[in-house]
Amino acid sequence: MGWLLIVLVAVPLAGAAVLALPAFRARGIAVTFGTTVSGVALALALAAVAAFAVPYGQGGSSSPSSPNSPGGPSGSDGGGLGGDMRLQTDLPWIPGLDLRFHLGVDGISLPLVVLTTLLTFLCFVHLTRHPPVGGRPRALVVTLLVLEVGMVGTFLALDLLLFFVFFEVVLVPMYFVIALWGGTRRRAAAVKFILYTLLGSAVLLIGLLVVWTQAGTLDMVVLAERHGGGMSRSAQILAFLAIGAGLAVKTPMWPLHTWLPDAHTEAPTVGSVLLAGVLLKMGSYGFARIAIPVLPEGAAAFAPWLGALAVIGVIYGSLACLAQWDLKRMIAYSSVGHMGFVLLGFATLTPVGMNAALFANVAHGLITGLLFFLAGAVKERYGTADLARLGGGMLRRLPHMGSLLTFACVASLGLPGLAGFWGEMLALLGAFQPAAVLPRPLFLAFMAVGGAGAVLTAAYFLRMLSRVTHGVHGVEPGGAVDVTSRELAAWVPLVVLIVLLGLWPKALLAVTTPAVQAVFTSGTVAP
Amino acid sequence: MNSALNSALNSALNSALNSALSSSSGSALGTGAAPVIQSIDYAAIAAPLILAIAAGLVLLLDAFLPRRPGMGRALGLVALGGVLAALVVVAVQAAASSRLPGGARRTFCVPSSLGGAGDAVSCSFVADRFALLFAGLVLAAGTVIVLLSMTELSGGRIPVGEWHFLLLATLTGAVLLPASRDLIMLVVSLELVSLPVFALIGLRRYDGRASEAALKLFLVSVVSTAITLFGVSLLYGSTGSVHLGRLARAYEAGHAAGTTSAVTIVAVVLVVAGFAFKIAAVPFHTWAGDVYQGSPVPVAALLSVVSKAAGFAGLILVLTTALPSLAGVWTPVVAVVAALTMTAGNVLAVRQRHAVRLLAWSSVAQSGYILTPLAAVASIRAETSGAGMNITGASEIGASVDAAGGDKIGGAVAASVAYLVFYAAMNLTAFAVVMVVSRRHGRNEIDDYRGLVHRSPAAGLALAFALVCLAGLPPGLAGLFAKIVVFREVVGAGLGWLAVVMAVNTVIGLYYYIAWTARLFTPEAVGESRTGSVPGTYETGEGAGSTVSTVSTVPAVVAFGVAVLVSVVFSVAPQVVLSAVG
Repeated sequence: MGWLLIVLVAVPLAGAAVLALPAFRARGIAVTFGTTVSGVALALALAAVAAFAVPYGQGGSSSPSSPNSPGGPSGSDGGGLGGDMRLQTDLPWIPGLDLRFHLGVDGISLPLVVLTTLLTFLCFVHLTRHPPVGGRPRALVVTLLVLEVGMVGTFLALDLLLFFVFFEVVLVPMYFVIALWGGTRRRAAAVKFILYTLLGSAVLLIGLLVVWTQAGTLDMVVLAERHGGGMSRSAQILAFLAIGAGLAVKTPMWPLHTWLPDAHTEAPTVGSVLLAGVLLKMGSYGFARIAIPVLPEGAAAFAPWLGALAVIGVIYGSLACLAQWDLKRMIAYSSVGHMGFVLLGFATLTPVGMNAALFANVAHGLITGLLFFLAGAVKERYGTADLARLGGGMLRRLPHMGSLLTFACVASLGLPGLAGFWGEMLALLGAFQPAAVLPRPLFLAFMAVGGAGAVLTAAYFLRMLSRVTHGVHGVEPGGAVDVTSRELAAWVPLVVLIVLLGLWPKALLAVTTPAVQAVFTSGTVAP
Repeated sequence: MNSALNSALNSALNSALNSALSSSSGSALGTGAAPVIQSIDYAAIAAPLILAIAAGLVLLLDAFLPRRPGMGRALGLVALGGVLAALVVVAVQAAASSRLPGGARRTFCVPSSLGGAGDAVSCSFVADRFALLFAGLVLAAGTVIVLLSMTELSGGRIPVGEWHFLLLATLTGAVLLPASRDLIMLVVSLELVSLPVFALIGLRRYDGRASEAALKLFLVSVVSTAITLFGVSLLYGSTGSVHLGRLARAYEAGHAAGTTSAVTIVAVVLVVAGFAFKIAAVPFHTWAGDVYQGSPVPVAALLSVVSKAAGFAGLILVLTTALPSLAGVWTPVVAVVAALTMTAGNVLAVRQRHAVRLLAWSSVAQSGYILTPLAAVASIRAETSGAGMNITGASEIGASVDAAGGDKIGGAVAASVAYLVFYAAMNLTAFAVVMVVSRRHGRNEIDDYRGLVHRSPAAGLALAFALVCLAGLPPGLAGLFAKIVVFREVVGAGLGWLAVVMAVNTVIGLYYYIAWTARLFTPEAVGESRTGSVPGTYETGEGAGSTVSTVSTVPAVVAFGVAVLVSVVFSVAPQVVLSAVG
């Protein structure tokens, strides 16, 4: 089954390559083609889920790394879902750099792979009726498909440099999505985005190379099983600082978030959805996959700082949202707050906290994706996303749209019963009982501040709803069309998943828990 | 014609010096009983020999063949044939080198009986892996440049025969230089690389900018040669030897005794400074902008790839073969110069509006990246002797290129060379597209590239790919891997500050590369004038792709096809380069 993941990466790439051929230039089938390709990718991701659900040892999945893990708990005792790497392929690519084409999924990456392919597919569904404002749909489709290659590859890569390569692949396509199809100040936003994130990537690369020179291998599975063995404490701290800083730019962590509001605001709808829904997750995924498992001592040293910056981000994001007058900008700042909860979860260095972070990751992808879709739709109808000019009364004029917006906001502010709740709740719970090496009083303070941040989140979303959906005044929407069927097709899957994960969080937690346990429990095993 | 003769003289001088050298070292050391009989291994020097013969042939054909319309093209093809033949020879030598004793052919040797006690046979010309790699790089680049020249020369205002003669003379020097293993031959071949370039720039006599550029480069280069020679004479004076291997042994002994004289340090700094001129490293970088802009595009490509490769080959040879024991002296210098060079180049490039000028400063910055791993040599030496870190053996560094032999190139040097190879492919791609576009837009401003992807998709996409490669981002994986190779050496050597400087520089570099790339994709502004081409170049008409089909640009299109192909191969399979250098 190892070929499945290669195909998953290859399908969007091949799609982009085929579509880039001049033969497709004149025909207007680009978006349909893109939808098909991303649909195939989604189907492959779901096939990976199915293959994943087969208990270990029966699905024909091979695990070349298991010889390296004598007595490791990730070997056979997990038995259940996702404690080990599945569907691995391991091919040499560049022996000179020790770089192997090593892919695999486990409980940490699988949900994100599905999220990525789902959001990409929904973006294409959205595009079928909403051609890009900047024209040139074919170029946009090619760009988005290349973007998907980078995003999926990042979550699948099990080689540090391969991870880095895929991590970088997304930069140029996203730059062009913002710079060519963005809003009025798109050029500056795109430049800011790419320079900022590239600086993060360069620092990340230095950190990865420190790991490499110290540990002598690039294999993430081996490195994770060693739990930092073979690396001195000082090297781990240095590497964690570099890798953490690089990932924190992407996540983003306060105070490295300043590229985010501009990029999200100026990007076209599909760009914003993928930025918030997937690209930010690449940063937090890096924490779960590399920074914490590979560098446990470095993580322990920096966890209080990470936690502090995370809760500052929560409060800062919420306060900034209260001050925003632009709908998209407000949602962008809300991402800073939500990713603060994700980082707080990681900072606790406990299975509960990391589970919370991974859950909040997926929930934020679904909810914020939906929010950006809605914001794009609002902007399209009203011609503006300015809260003051939108006025109120959306629930009366566009009842379906208004209800969906209300639903998404309520989900985002963490109403129990919807997906947004569990991530925040578990992150705070994790902070209540952080890892033994961490100072508990400090994390109790973080918990308290984070809780206040959650209240503030509710405040700004309710403020926004009261301005937009309620009331009677406001401009007439230009084309007063309520939600179209195509929009509904793009949004309903997100709505369903938000409700599903809210009511049945175990569906996701059952997948992530074994993998998270593997990260922490075997820390006691001597390397 | 004057300058052409100048160059001919120079190459004559080269061979004269070589024979003078062998006899003088014989008499100076005074054993004198048996006459030294030189047997020249013509197979070893086949590549530079072919180039020199082709150069002479071109000049003769130009003088004696009747002037006909197609003659320029015929001369170009002769030059191209010469370069390709030399390339084939180098490839065959590289394939056969593993079966040779010591892994390399060597000639112009001084027997051990003529040296001090314990000196082995020292050869002035060694075609080992390092030399063949550089020769291959230079000749591949030469092929592209000859093709670009054929387009450039189709304007008909530049004397074709002289042009190709000078070009081949430069390539001869650039092939000789990495195989040189004594100081005199190094300096002479370095001059053989430099001198014809002044003339090449100056051949565009009708262009004031070209004359200015030629003069500027001439003055800078002469000064740098003088400085190098001064340093070389001090090295010779303090050791009594010009062969790199013997220098290394002399200094190793001095190093072991714990004495490093002030003269030696001055000599090292002077030699480094001299080569720093050639590679346009800070603080000797100021000539780059004007000279590149004033030169015809193929010559700018020559300067940025061939001339630079030659400079680096010389620098690497002197530092790691002759002076490895003084690494403690020169690595801090190299580290600081590398950091300054990449920063200055990038910062200057940010503000440029002229395509070639931008590439000029960016190639200064790239020089900084290439220099960076050399700064890691000393730290690795220190750590291998101390902590026993197993990244790069110190023994590999010095032993790489001398008689003791080896077919291996040390880790840090390998990183430099690998970066250089990647850089050459990427930069030549960029220059090839610039060449094609400059046929239509004489001004060659960055703004002229607006919407290129829509006008001629092949050229536009190729340039976009090259720029993204230079920036070091996917899909330009060649550039990314090149940077990773360099970063690895620097991080492995524990030079954290240099890694951070380089990281910041990568971001600055990205700014102007991506700004240019974005321009390729943005639609043309309304009312943009398509005119403005320099008189004498062909106006190739409106419309997408029509340039590509024009006869005069065919060689340039072939050139950029080759360059793009190589860049793509390097991106998909960087192992090709990494296994060749390592």
